[in-house]
Amino acid sequence: MSDAGLLRTDQTALLSSAEPSDFFALLKPRVMSLVVFTALVGLVCAPGSISPFIGAVAILAIAIGAGAAGALNMWYDADIDRIMGRTAKRPIPAGKVSADEALGFGLVLSAFSVATLGLATNWFAAAFLAFTIFFYAVVYTMWLKRSTAQNIVIGGASGAFPPMIGWAAVTGGVSVDSLLLFLLIFIWTPPHFWALALVKSEDYARAGVPMLPVAAGPDATRLQILLYTLLLVPVGLAPVVSGLGGTLYGVIAALGGLGMLACAGEIYRKRDGKPATAACWRMFGFSILYLFGLFATLLIERSVLPLIGWGQ
Amino acid sequence: MGKPETPFVLTEAQLRSRRKRSVALALVIGGLVVLFYLITVFKMGAAIMHRTM
Repeated sequence: MSDAGLLRTDQTALLSSAEPSDFFALLKPRVMSLVVFTALVGLVCAPGSISPFIGAVAILAIAIGAGAAGALNMWYDADIDRIMGRTAKRPIPAGKVSADEALGFGLVLSAFSVATLGLATNWFAAAFLAFTIFFYAVVYTMWLKRSTAQNIVIGGASGAFPPMIGWAAVTGGVSVDSLLLFLLIFIWTPPHFWALALVKSEDYARAGVPMLPVAAGPDATRLQILLYTLLLVPVGLAPVVSGLGGTLYGVIAALGGLGMLACAGEIYRKRDGKPATAACWRMFGFSILYLFGLFATLLIERSVLPLIGWGQ
Repeated sequence: MGKPETPFVLTEAQLRSRRKRSVALALVIGGLVVLFYLITVFKMGAAIMHRTM
């Protein structure tokens, strides 16, 4: 091949074929939907008022910030994403978006989301969002994920901050109630993800990620899932004590807590073959329903029930 | 400035994806302009009518 041919091939290879949908996939839309929902609950439950438009802008900024953190995560983790079946089709390992494009995209969106939240609401909420992006992209992705079996325990904090940011967008600070919302997601994260990690442990082992089932074994993971679930049930009920949740919330939290305990008990008992795998998937699915149920009930109690005069 | 020796030719797929990226970027920038305009109006409220000339 001539020099000219080489030049043309290299330059053509540098041109991106990425479509807007590939960039959208970098934002981890499914994670973003959970962030939008929990941040909305934090915003609605916070004492004080916020204009619906400014509230919507705050939720948008928090969602974009979470998406930016997802893009930075995919940029850094592209090497291990290639190895794991669950993540091999992400835009960077699939060759649709280059690592540099993902990095630039993540950094620009981070800056814009933080600035927008600060200008629209207050700079405490904006700083909190910036810290959350930093925590997910640097503390979790670059440091904890590949170095300790406690990666998702500590890293889970980044997924638990959004309701606190929504709360801070209204009040400009934190409170016991917003900390309870944080704690609920924080304690929920380990049993939720370890149920998935038990099923996908071979994937994680191949990629060299020390998830608990890989580092400590499946039996220790089953015990940890049970212990965290035992802790989760009272944490789920705590908003009733603080006054954040009402009667309906208490009923849902109690029933949901019993369901979570049943799932954790099943994982602890069934350790082999298809029943063990089915128990893990049941826990994974039910835990999503549990968290959604608790936050949805808080949202209903604060926004719908007052309109129909419930409890007044 | 001289012309490059070999003007590189974009494939159909590259042209199509570049056009889609350009349209998406234009929409995002336009949306941001509208968003910041509305944020300004909502933040200033009635005070927006009382600017000094």
